[in-house]
Amino acid sequence: MDNTKRQQFNVMDFIGKLGPVLALAFLVFLVTLLNHSFLDINNLLNLLRQVSTNALIAFGMTFVILTAGIDLSVGSILAFTGAITAQMIIAGVHPAFAFLLGVLIGAILGGVNGVIIAYGGAAPFIATLATMTIYRGATYVLTDGNPISGAKMTNSFFFQVIGRGYFLGIPFPIVIMLVAFIILYVLLHKMAFGRKTYAIGGNAKAAFVSGIKINKITILIYTLSGIMASIAGFILTSRLNSAQPDAGVTYEMDAIAAVVLGGTSLAGGKGRLLGTLVGALIIGTLNNGMNLLGISSFYQQIVKGIVIIIAVLIDRKKAV
Amino acid sequence: MEIAMQNIFKSFGDNHVLKGVNFTLAPGEIHALMGENGAGKSTLMNILTGILPIERGQIKINGQVTHFKNAMDAELHGISFIHQEMNNYGEMTVLENMFINREITNRFGILKTSAMRTQARKYLDYLGADFGLDMPIHDLSVGNQQLVEIAKSLMTDAQVIIMDEPTSALTENEINKLFKIVKELQATGVGFIYISHRMEEITTLCDTITIMRDGISVTTTKVADTNVNQIVKAMVGRDLTEFYPERTTQVGEVYFEAHGLSRQGVFNDVSFDVHSGEIVAFAGLMGAGRTEIMRAIFGIDRLDHGQIKVSGKVVENHSPAAAIKHGIGFMTENRKDEGLILDATIADNIDLASLRSFTKYGLIDEHNDRIFVEALIKRLTIKTQTADIAVSSLSGGNQQKVVLAKWIGAGSQVLILDEPTRGVDVGAKREIYDLMNELTARGVAIIMISSDLPEVLGMSDRINVVYEGKIMGTLATKNATQETVMTLATGGQING
Repeated sequence: MDNTKRQQFNVMDFIGKLGPVLALAFLVFLVTLLNHSFLDINNLLNLLRQVSTNALIAFGMTFVILTAGIDLSVGSILAFTGAITAQMIIAGVHPAFAFLLGVLIGAILGGVNGVIIAYGGAAPFIATLATMTIYRGATYVLTDGNPISGAKMTNSFFFQVIGRGYFLGIPFPIVIMLVAFIILYVLLHKMAFGRKTYAIGGNAKAAFVSGIKINKITILIYTLSGIMASIAGFILTSRLNSAQPDAGVTYEMDAIAAVVLGGTSLAGGKGRLLGTLVGALIIGTLNNGMNLLGISSFYQQIVKGIVIIIAVLIDRKKAV
Repeated sequence: MEIAMQNIFKSFGDNHVLKGVNFTLAPGEIHALMGENGAGKSTLMNILTGILPIERGQIKINGQVTHFKNAMDAELHGISFIHQEMNNYGEMTVLENMFINREITNRFGILKTSAMRTQARKYLDYLGADFGLDMPIHDLSVGNQQLVEIAKSLMTDAQVIIMDEPTSALTENEINKLFKIVKELQATGVGFIYISHRMEEITTLCDTITIMRDGISVTTTKVADTNVNQIVKAMVGRDLTEFYPERTTQVGEVYFEAHGLSRQGVFNDVSFDVHSGEIVAFAGLMGAGRTEIMRAIFGIDRLDHGQIKVSGKVVENHSPAAAIKHGIGFMTENRKDEGLILDATIADNIDLASLRSFTKYGLIDEHNDRIFVEALIKRLTIKTQTADIAVSSLSGGNQQKVVLAKWIGAGSQVLILDEPTRGVDVGAKREIYDLMNELTARGVAIIMISSDLPEVLGMSDRINVVYEGKIMGTLATKNATQETVMTLATGGQING
């Protein structure tokens, strides 16, 4: 009794200190305790594959939030680029080339956000709220509101492997997620670009006076967010074998939740990419675990919200 | 009102900030409280006014032991505290600010605006303030904002007013006006506790002085019985033989030139030059346009007309990035606003303007970066255990050195320093002056904006005096006096 009490105390202490990683460990422990099949390798791979799209979007969102910005349009960019890529494939464009064009379009859509915010001086929340509905509307116009699928998609090796294939036994989306993580980790933590990202979020005026081209960096960051959303869009289209016009609705919320759970401050300037990966894993584990335990999806939403509140409260306490 | 604080102790964790401080204020006295940053002045005042709880010791007000619960409690008992960083609500009007949290309402909670207006006007008129009540407070000059604070104090029938560095952002005129008001209020029996770093103010304004060092009250004397050297010695615990180091630098060729710089409505036809190894001061009243000229030179604001030359070559600075590339550095007047990323580490702040120099293919060379940062910390004697703590945890003087380190690290050959020693304690001030001398000895051209006249006269080779966006005259510092500078700064002419 006394012993368990002390252990519990230690766990709380650790959560305060090491934060997200221990929260994830605790969650994994809890779910495993309740259902041993959680740790089956197939379930874990499945979990990671489910996490991958949200993680990719959240990686881009991390850069955006580090500058004290927000990108609400990611779900719409995902849907638009997914749809246009599918249409290009059906029209006969090689899927690999269509993929690159889709990413390019995602970059442009993200870049438009950046230009409105950097040069227009619009608040990121408002600017991306507007483009969120514009890009979504454009998706409906493009697809006439119908899902897009076809033989040219299902028969393409490249198209299939992205969402459904394996590499050395690991589902391809996980590989993409890990590669993206490594590249973006270097970009954020080892390159001047990352320092500038933090500087803009920490104090944009001081960054400007120190010679940082804040408009350019801001545009590049929203461009990156668009790119990540469009990569996630391709994976999703491949997984589902079709592009859905309403794909990615509310994905921005999951991405923001992952970033915040990972300890990144919405006020900008503070946070790490590893935190976002862990944050995405926490959300994935919650979803997966509750599915395993047979908890209704209605309750799942409530639980997810409560977890976010707890995480933020612990974070606030740490700051005091 | 008589205040006696006896044997006051206070610590934050292991940090013992106050170690048995004694402080007494007689009724109607103007009492200076001096000491270096971190000596414990603010903590002592926060304890007096109930902002911080007392740990040990006692406070007697008019002979009775009184410990206030909070700032409001102290205010109701007639002690008001005007903080250095004023607690204004910038977008709200003068009137709204004056009555925040003490609004006059009818019994249904509806604001009685006309009653508030009458009262506000009465006190502002008494102080000789002629600005309107409906202006957003951030449109007022800092001096006028201070008058609003004083009016607020008077409204609550303050018997004691505590002022923390009230003049740090005021012009000479505003300071004189403030002092006049303080003297008048003193005549009606109001006591003042006056915290300041400026020696001249203490000797002209105050009756008594208490000096604090490292959490103890070192000495309390009549101002008339002491002198600047004794005060400085008591503050820093050692002799400062000369406050301003001698300027011995050999001045070289013309390095920086500005020709006919203009910006509509801000400054007009400004021309000057700076030689390498020279310190050219820009004196003038607050709002004369000195900072604005430098902002335009540095590419923060746009120039309408004019030409800038660095080392004989015409340069165009459309952005700070371009100015930095041409070897110009700019230490802005407000380090918290434009100088530092407060939550970022010392290392990240120092790096900020020179990322380019240790980046290859976008990748940062961490090893060289570290050597660079450590060298600058050592060279500027920034007092810290590590480069990896948030710059917000440093004292004002050390923060200022971090900003300076950033620009020295960027290799600036023309260094613009805007109020380089504002809010910096005596010891760090001297270190900054020494550093300026060292830089000019290596040929750096320094432009120094300063509203501190002794500093202008003590630390420059030439002085440009700016009045209403124009350079009224250029003086060789060795021939200049406070009077000649002030005459030009207020739009007057000097003969001969």
